[in-house]
Amino acid sequence: MSELDRFRDDVRAWIAANYPPSLREPLRVDSPDTPWGGRKTRYANPDVQVWMDRMAAKGWSTPEWQPEHGGAGLTPEHARVLREELAAAGCRPPVISFGLMMLAPVLHEFASEEQRRHFLPPIARGEIRWCQGYSEPGAGSDLAGLKTRAEDLGDHYLVNGQKIWTSYADQADWIFCLVRTNPESKHGGISFLLIDMASPGIEVRPIQLISGKSPFCEVFLTDVRVPKQNLVGKPGEGWKIAKRLLQHERASISTHLQTGLGGSPAGRPLAELARSYAGERDGRIADAHLRDAVARHEMRSEAIALTLRRVQEESGKQGPSALSSITKSLGAQHNKDKHELMVEILSLAGTAWDGAPFTDEEVEVCRQWLRSKGNSIEGGTSEIQTNIVAKQVLGLPD
Amino acid sequence: MALVLDQDQALLRSTATQFARERLPVANLRRLRDTGDATGFDRDAWREMADLGWTGMLIPEPLGGNGFGHFGLGLVLEALGRTLAASPLLSTVVLSGTALTHASDAEPARNLLRQIAAGETVLALAHEEHPRHRPLAIATTARRDGEGYVLNGRKRFVIDGHVAETLLVVARTAGADDDPRGLSLFLLDGATPGISRHRLSLADSRNSADVQLSDVRVDRTALLGEAGAAGPVLERVLDVGRILLSAEMLGAAQQAFETTLEYLKQRQQFGVPIGSFQALQHRAVQMYTEIELARSVLHAALTALDEDGGADVPRQATVCKACVNDTFHLVSNEAVQMHGGIGMTDQVDVGLYLKRARVAEATLGTAAFHRERYATLQGF
Repeated sequence: MSELDRFRDDVRAWIAANYPPSLREPLRVDSPDTPWGGRKTRYANPDVQVWMDRMAAKGWSTPEWQPEHGGAGLTPEHARVLREELAAAGCRPPVISFGLMMLAPVLHEFASEEQRRHFLPPIARGEIRWCQGYSEPGAGSDLAGLKTRAEDLGDHYLVNGQKIWTSYADQADWIFCLVRTNPESKHGGISFLLIDMASPGIEVRPIQLISGKSPFCEVFLTDVRVPKQNLVGKPGEGWKIAKRLLQHERASISTHLQTGLGGSPAGRPLAELARSYAGERDGRIADAHLRDAVARHEMRSEAIALTLRRVQEESGKQGPSALSSITKSLGAQHNKDKHELMVEILSLAGTAWDGAPFTDEEVEVCRQWLRSKGNSIEGGTSEIQTNIVAKQVLGLPD
Repeated sequence: MALVLDQDQALLRSTATQFARERLPVANLRRLRDTGDATGFDRDAWREMADLGWTGMLIPEPLGGNGFGHFGLGLVLEALGRTLAASPLLSTVVLSGTALTHASDAEPARNLLRQIAAGETVLALAHEEHPRHRPLAIATTARRDGEGYVLNGRKRFVIDGHVAETLLVVARTAGADDDPRGLSLFLLDGATPGISRHRLSLADSRNSADVQLSDVRVDRTALLGEAGAAGPVLERVLDVGRILLSAEMLGAAQQAFETTLEYLKQRQQFGVPIGSFQALQHRAVQMYTEIELARSVLHAALTALDEDGGADVPRQATVCKACVNDTFHLVSNEAVQMHGGIGMTDQVDVGLYLKRARVAEATLGTAAFHRERYATLQGF
């Protein structure tokens, strides 16, 4: 038996002994048991924390990271075996967080070793939850136009400004922030700063969206003092780091949107939804137009899922795939289309805002339809994404 | 499942791309069209394709093939699609070859497969009877007559039907229109009395013919396989055809897109390349996106033909043809529009891609046909 096979056996035995049975059911989208980590997050099921802690103790939430960064230092082959066994056992991810998906990759690439040892382990263990301080009221698609000022006062920066669309700012412990250290240079005057949300001078206000409650917040920073050792990279390197982080963000949004390839909020396939609202004739969806629309949607879901797989395969073999630049806006449009189709299927019941006699599913269809409109705006609008593809992939001129 | 090409496949693709560019450029199709060529494809090039092994890709080695498989042939067709190359690959190797393979393992079928692998013969599947794809709407009858059969009916839009030496005719030995049962396959020598063939002139200048069968008498050996058992064979044949035709279509769409992209970079108006206009950039990205989606689906479908026992092939074929149809439709329209006035002229090639698009889209099922079929297969 090879060493790798022995490792597989060990992993399998450990999972059998340590995976909480109460987590057997797969994690649902927007579940209150999403393992965000952090000091403020509370889970409906306490076993979420148990699983997070057990995996963290082994360094297996980030198996390929070095032990000093909170990982287990596994080789890619061992990490693959671990992932395969976790998947085979139907284990939920121990940690899902912006820290893990967005910040950690750029810390690995741009931070000092001292910063890595300080900031990475709490991300790996799910102890610190991060939020993203990018957009500002005056800096959306033109992100580099941001104005939040970080003034160099010797041993610290004094930060003043406002961030918006900061998801879960009210739940986060720290924020990674784009700040302006030099007002003279647009792109070259931006720096990447890590700020403790408990710092004096930070105020968070939740934003109500067209869909009702939302994780989005405004963050106001007034005379916030930030130690200089919290600057990642050099002053003025923030834009480069920001862009790299956005790539990771878009990749994780694409992955997240794969969950949108499926059915209704209650997990019902679209065809079943169409049957129950449009009726059946000869065992089929009675409305020929809806039948066609559901078929069209499902076929496109398949095309997108296959393309995402191809992106992964190509990235594995040939480095970052040019295709990855299209997946975010593609997934966004498809998710929006799905929600439009669901509202069309439910018709007036799909506009159910709240309460009896509407089912939870009907209210969710309506709310998520509204929420889905943000898919092609957040993390870079589809228009901006399309500009990038036109220039960088197709080579079209400015 | 491999969605990304391995080394052998990449080499095959580059060989085929080079062959298409050098041996069968679009100029070749124009020549066939403008000279009113009686054959409708280049026989020398066809022999060269056989020498390259392309005619034997779906045929096992004992019968003279090389068993390279559907994925390999898909790469070849994609490359040929780029230059709108006319060849009997679809009619003879894909449709007829698959029919022979699945319908019968008797000597006449095996012998024909050997000839196909060697590139020695052209066959045509005489199946459709309507302009719209209706695979089961077969009114052509094969009536028992002593030891043999008498065939009557009219077959339409038979690919390479006017040049094929042998016709594979789908006829009804029982059942009514639209009944999948009662269909049978007959092998007919093209010269059999009672067969009259009329070459059609379609917009894409490729081969298509109507075949009239009037009291065509054949002996019982003309029947391929069991009487009435051709339904499942036909379904498989059509699915293989749908996927491989999609490969050709994707190659054509890719070329039309690349040609258009080049034009956007070169064509100057208002003192700048028109490709600098955002309205055009975004539509170019849309085309790029649709082509890449179609490529993923096509690769999955080709892989399913080679690896899958067959269970998921109908669904994959239907997803593939619908997706590629929509893609080629979009790209061919945009290619003409983005070329502006010059795109309307016969002188530039984009119009030829538009013409090929519509013929290929309607062949073996429009996107709407396949969405309805998908719903049927998925039980809704």
